[in-house]
Amino acid sequence: MAAPAPDLRDFVGCETEGGTLRVALRGRWRLLEARPAFVDLLTAGAPQRIVFSAESVEAWDASLPLFLVEGLRWAREQGVAVDLAALPAAMRGMAEQVVEIGLHPVPPPERPGLTTRVGEATLDAMTKSWDVVTFIGDCVLALARVARRPRQFRWADCAAEMQNCGAMALPIVSLISLLVGLIMAYQAAVQLRQFGADIYVADLVGLAVVREMGPMMAAVIMAGRTGAAFAATLGNMKAGEEIDALQTLGLRPVDFLVLPRLLALGMMMPLLALYANLLGILGGMAVAWRVLEIPPAAYWVETQSIVDLSDVASGLIKSVVFGLLIGLSGCLRGLQADRSAAGVGKATTSAVVTAILLIIVADAIFAVVFNLLGI
Amino acid sequence: MDPVAPAISVEHLVCGYDERIILRDVSFNVGAGEIFFVVGGSGCGKSTLLRHLIGLNRPLSGTIRFSGQPFTEADPEVRRRMLRSFGVLYQSAALWSSLTVRENVALPLQEHSGLGPREINDLVALKLAQVGLTGFADFYPAELSGGMKKRAGIARALAMDPSIVFFDEPGAGLDPVTAREIDALILRIREDFGTTCVVVSHELDSIFRLGDRLIMLDRAESGIIAQGAPEQLRETSQDPRVTAFLRREPPPGRGKSSASPRGVLGR
Repeated sequence: MAAPAPDLRDFVGCETEGGTLRVALRGRWRLLEARPAFVDLLTAGAPQRIVFSAESVEAWDASLPLFLVEGLRWAREQGVAVDLAALPAAMRGMAEQVVEIGLHPVPPPERPGLTTRVGEATLDAMTKSWDVVTFIGDCVLALARVARRPRQFRWADCAAEMQNCGAMALPIVSLISLLVGLIMAYQAAVQLRQFGADIYVADLVGLAVVREMGPMMAAVIMAGRTGAAFAATLGNMKAGEEIDALQTLGLRPVDFLVLPRLLALGMMMPLLALYANLLGILGGMAVAWRVLEIPPAAYWVETQSIVDLSDVASGLIKSVVFGLLIGLSGCLRGLQADRSAAGVGKATTSAVVTAILLIIVADAIFAVVFNLLGI
Repeated sequence: MDPVAPAISVEHLVCGYDERIILRDVSFNVGAGEIFFVVGGSGCGKSTLLRHLIGLNRPLSGTIRFSGQPFTEADPEVRRRMLRSFGVLYQSAALWSSLTVRENVALPLQEHSGLGPREINDLVALKLAQVGLTGFADFYPAELSGGMKKRAGIARALAMDPSIVFFDEPGAGLDPVTAREIDALILRIREDFGTTCVVVSHELDSIFRLGDRLIMLDRAESGIIAQGAPEQLRETSQDPRVTAFLRREPPPGRGKSSASPRGVLGR
C-alpha cells in the first residue's frame, strides 16, 4: 500500500504577489518521513521569482535541503530567479552545495583501451608467474636452511599444524571416503552382476580407491579445508600487518609461517590418504556384503590379490605431492592477499581453486608417468 | 518519545561479557544537543559502554533510554527502529570493503529512507562534500588513507541525519590536522542539526575543545569516578586520578619508583 501523500500545508505556506511566489517553510522535515515535492507548489502556474523563508520550521534534516535542491534545479531550467537570503545559512549552504556539485560532476576515471588492458593483463600474468617461481624458490631455500640447522625450525608450530590438518580432518575424511567407496561399489555391482562377475567389485573398488580415489578425495577435502584455512590465516595476518612485523624483525615469513604448514601437510597427507583407502575399501565391502552377498573375508582376500604394494606406494607418492601443492597454494595466496576483508575472501577462494586445479593436473601427469614406467 | 527527557538516560547499568563484569552501577544522562565525552585510561570499559549503548551487547542489568523511550527491554522491532536514528563512527571506520565509498554512504538511505536514486545521489554528494571527500565517491575503502576512511565513516554515520551520533575514538591514528578537522565536523553537526554527540576518546585536546560534559571511567572502580564539564573537573576535582588525567600528569602511584615491569603491568 502506498504511503499517503503529505499535506502540503503542513510543510509550506505559499503566497503569490504579481510574479513572485513566496514560500514559507514550516513544520517537521525528516528523511524518514514523507515530504512534498517542489512541483506541488506550482499548481497556480510558473512564477517569475521564488522567495523562500523559514520562520516556523520546527525540525529539519537533509530532507529540507533536498526539497530546496528540487526548487533550485527547476528554477535554473526555467530561468526563474530564486531568493534564499531569508533562510538560515546552514540550510541555504547545503542546498547550494548539492546544486553546485551536480553542476560540476567529477568525471569517472578513464577506462583504458583494449591494447592497454591486454598489455596490463600480460604483465600481470608474468608478475604472478614470477611470484610463484620466487615463492617456490624461497620454500626450497627455507627447506635447505632447516636441513642445515634443524634445531632452528619451529617444530612446535609444525606439530600444531599436523594436529590441525591431520587428526582434526579425520571425521570429514572418514565420511567422504566411506561414501565414495559405497558409491563406486554400487555402480560396479549393477554392471558386474549382469555378467556373474560379482566378486570383481572388490578388484575395481580396491584398485580405484588405492591408486586414485583415496589420495584424490583426501586432497580435495584438504584443499577445501586446510588450504583455505592457510590462505585465510596468512591473509588476515597480512591485513593486520603481522607479516610486516616479522619482516621488520629480520625474520623470514616463509621460514616462520609457510614451512611449518607445508611440511605438516606434506607429512599428514600420505597418512590421510592411507586412511581414506581403508575407509573406501570398507565402504565397498559393506555394499558387496549387503547387496551382492559376498562375505567380507572373501572380499578382503580378493582385494589383497589385486592390490599390491606398488599400487599403495603410487597413491602415497601422489598424496605427498598433492599435500605440498595444497600447502603452497594456500600459503602463496594468503601472502598475496589484499589488505582487506574482501582481499582475504578472494585469496581463500583462489587458494582452493588453484589447489584443486594443480591436483588434477598433477594427477594427470602421474597417470602418464606411471604408465610409462609400468607401475 | 518524550521531548523534555534527556536524549540518553542510563540508570544503574551493569556491563560485562558472560560472567565478567566490566562496569557496574553506571548512571548518567546526556542532554539533547550535547557533546558528551566518555573518557578514561585504556581498558577502563569505554568501548564496552559504547557497545552497550548502541545495542551490540545486552547489559547484565540496568536500563538505557533514548528520549525517554526504553531501549534495553524494547522489542527487537522497536530497537531496530530506534537504531535507525543513531549514527555510529567505529574506531576503524568499519567501511564495507566490497562497496565503494558512494555505496557505503548510500546503503542506509536505500534501505531506510524511501528516497529515489537521484535524491540519494544528491545526499551522498552532500555528505561527502561535508567531510571533504568530493571526488572519492567511486573509490574502494582499500584505496583510501586512514584519515579518509574515517571521514567516509563519518559520512556514512551521518547519512540518515541521525539525532544521536556515537563516535568511537574519532581522532585515533590520525594526524593532528585531520583530527582537528574531524573535531570541527562534530561541532558543525551539532550546530546545524542540534545532534547529540557521544564521543569515546582520550584525546585531551578534543575533550576540552568540544566537550560540554564528560564521564570518566576507571578500571579499578569498574565504573564512573567523575562527571561534569571538562574545565570544571580539571580545576576543581579532588580526585587525583581525574586531575592527573585531565592535566596530563602521571597517575598517582606511578612515579619513578614504580617504573618496574610489575608496576607497569599492574600485577
